[in-house]
Amino acid sequence: MAIITVDHLRKTYGARVAVEDVSFSVEQGEVFGIVGRNGAGKTTTVECVAGLRTPTSGTITVDADLKEQVGVQLQECSLPDKIRVGEALALYASFYSRPADWRALAEEAGLDLRKPFGKLSGGQRQRLSVALALVGNPRVAILDELTTGLDPQARRETWDLVARIKERGVTVLLVTHFMEEVERLCDRVAVISRGRVRAVDTPAGLIARAGGEQRLIFHTDEPVDALRSLPEVASVTVAGRGGAGTADGRGTADGRGVKVTVTGTGDLLSAVAAVLPPSRTRNLRMERTTLDDAFLVLTGTEES
Amino acid sequence: MTKAFGKLTAVEARLFLREPVAVFFAIVLPVGLLLGLGTTIPGFREADPSLGGQRLVDAPFTAMMVLLSIVTLGLSVLPASLVLYRERGVLRRMSTTPVRPGALLSAQLLINVVVSVVATVLTLTLGHLVLDVPLPGSPWAFAGVFALGSVAMLSIGLLLAAVAPTSRIVQGVGSALMFPLLFLAGMWLPRPLMPELLRRISDFTPTGAFGQGLMDALGGQAPQPLHLAVLAGWALAAGIGAARLFRWE
Repeated sequence: MAIITVDHLRKTYGARVAVEDVSFSVEQGEVFGIVGRNGAGKTTTVECVAGLRTPTSGTITVDADLKEQVGVQLQECSLPDKIRVGEALALYASFYSRPADWRALAEEAGLDLRKPFGKLSGGQRQRLSVALALVGNPRVAILDELTTGLDPQARRETWDLVARIKERGVTVLLVTHFMEEVERLCDRVAVISRGRVRAVDTPAGLIARAGGEQRLIFHTDEPVDALRSLPEVASVTVAGRGGAGTADGRGTADGRGVKVTVTGTGDLLSAVAAVLPPSRTRNLRMERTTLDDAFLVLTGTEES
Repeated sequence: MTKAFGKLTAVEARLFLREPVAVFFAIVLPVGLLLGLGTTIPGFREADPSLGGQRLVDAPFTAMMVLLSIVTLGLSVLPASLVLYRERGVLRRMSTTPVRPGALLSAQLLINVVVSVVATVLTLTLGHLVLDVPLPGSPWAFAGVFALGSVAMLSIGLLLAAVAPTSRIVQGVGSALMFPLLFLAGMWLPRPLMPELLRRISDFTPTGAFGQGLMDALGGQAPQPLHLAVLAGWALAAGIGAARLFRWE
């Protein structure tokens, strides 16, 4: 059942179009990612969902009370330097009619209640921000770029916190530009570029959609021209002989053979092996499309 | 919601008390100046015919110290903290919760009013005990002028917070306004000693009207209608301007 539905959202500021046309729906209990480069329209989209901005056109339906049941962690939002962690959590807890146990939240986030906000590290600030988003016991948590600017250790600790949010059954709408974060946390992702949704899929689905391209790389002395006619093969590149050439079966002086890169889709390995037995190749390895590759394919080579 | 407002006010009050600069300028400085100058400079305690036979430390200087506290709060403390809250997204963050950011503004105003009352009560009480400054001759008139003047100064503070783009700018503008306004109130040259033209100008400034109103009420006289009207005008104009121009983000 969809808890958030965004239908043909459009948001403009004067002549500038921040969001062109965005539609997606988020199922209850899932971690839904919104990925895109800086300026793609991610933050504007979630700020419209959170009720902070009014869409120029299009509709947004959230099956929860926006103020009571949607917890928000915003980019570039901080607290007064002298407020202590415990004070901030207790204060925000008092805003809600059915707050969570803020002491338990602080403990889970590994925060010292006595520490003033001004003395927290970047990771601690982000974890406090996540804890504040959860303190009202929300059904939906919106988290915007929560690991940007954190070191790898702090990033991992923040991820663990988000993974535990999901275990509570809270639906998470997560804005990010880190593919590793998407792979670790998201059930499904919307890829946004220049204000439009390019794809909505699981991380694995996105890779497949991006062509799911595979690369076989090996050295051989055998002729490889026959591979080009295989339906699974997209391209064959031969290197190692002063640039591009063809492996003509004459071998190389050092006996290592030439380096051949074959790209393609489907069951590429079996198709190639049927023509060129692996026993006549050396150093055979296979590379697959990563989510990073998929992202680049889906968003094109736009200027960011 | 009242529970949230109480909690918000309590936290904001604690944050205020953790700012030594705000506490110093709003409370310690006016009380300290009155006692310090009043006890060390003999001229402050001598009846002065040019002040109608009062001592300088009586109504004229005591009124200035009461005014100093409120002017500091209105021109500096209140707008600086509100602009900082906007700059840091505190108001915006709060607008995503069931509590409206207006509650934070109300809590801030309440704290500023309480602080100015505390500073005023301290100034009057310690001035009376240490320097034998008479208590307000017209207590109700004093309370009325104090309330109207506080509303005018805090409204000006809200207007500053509404139009200033950054906390750095609001602090600069606040202190740039503070000195001429304190001068026109009679901080360095008591109003009775001002040349006629300067005193006419001062009559129409918020601090000039406020200072004279406080002096009159402290001395047991009724405040002049002109000064009450000037204060009400400033309160209304600044308040409406602030309400129209205030931005939460």
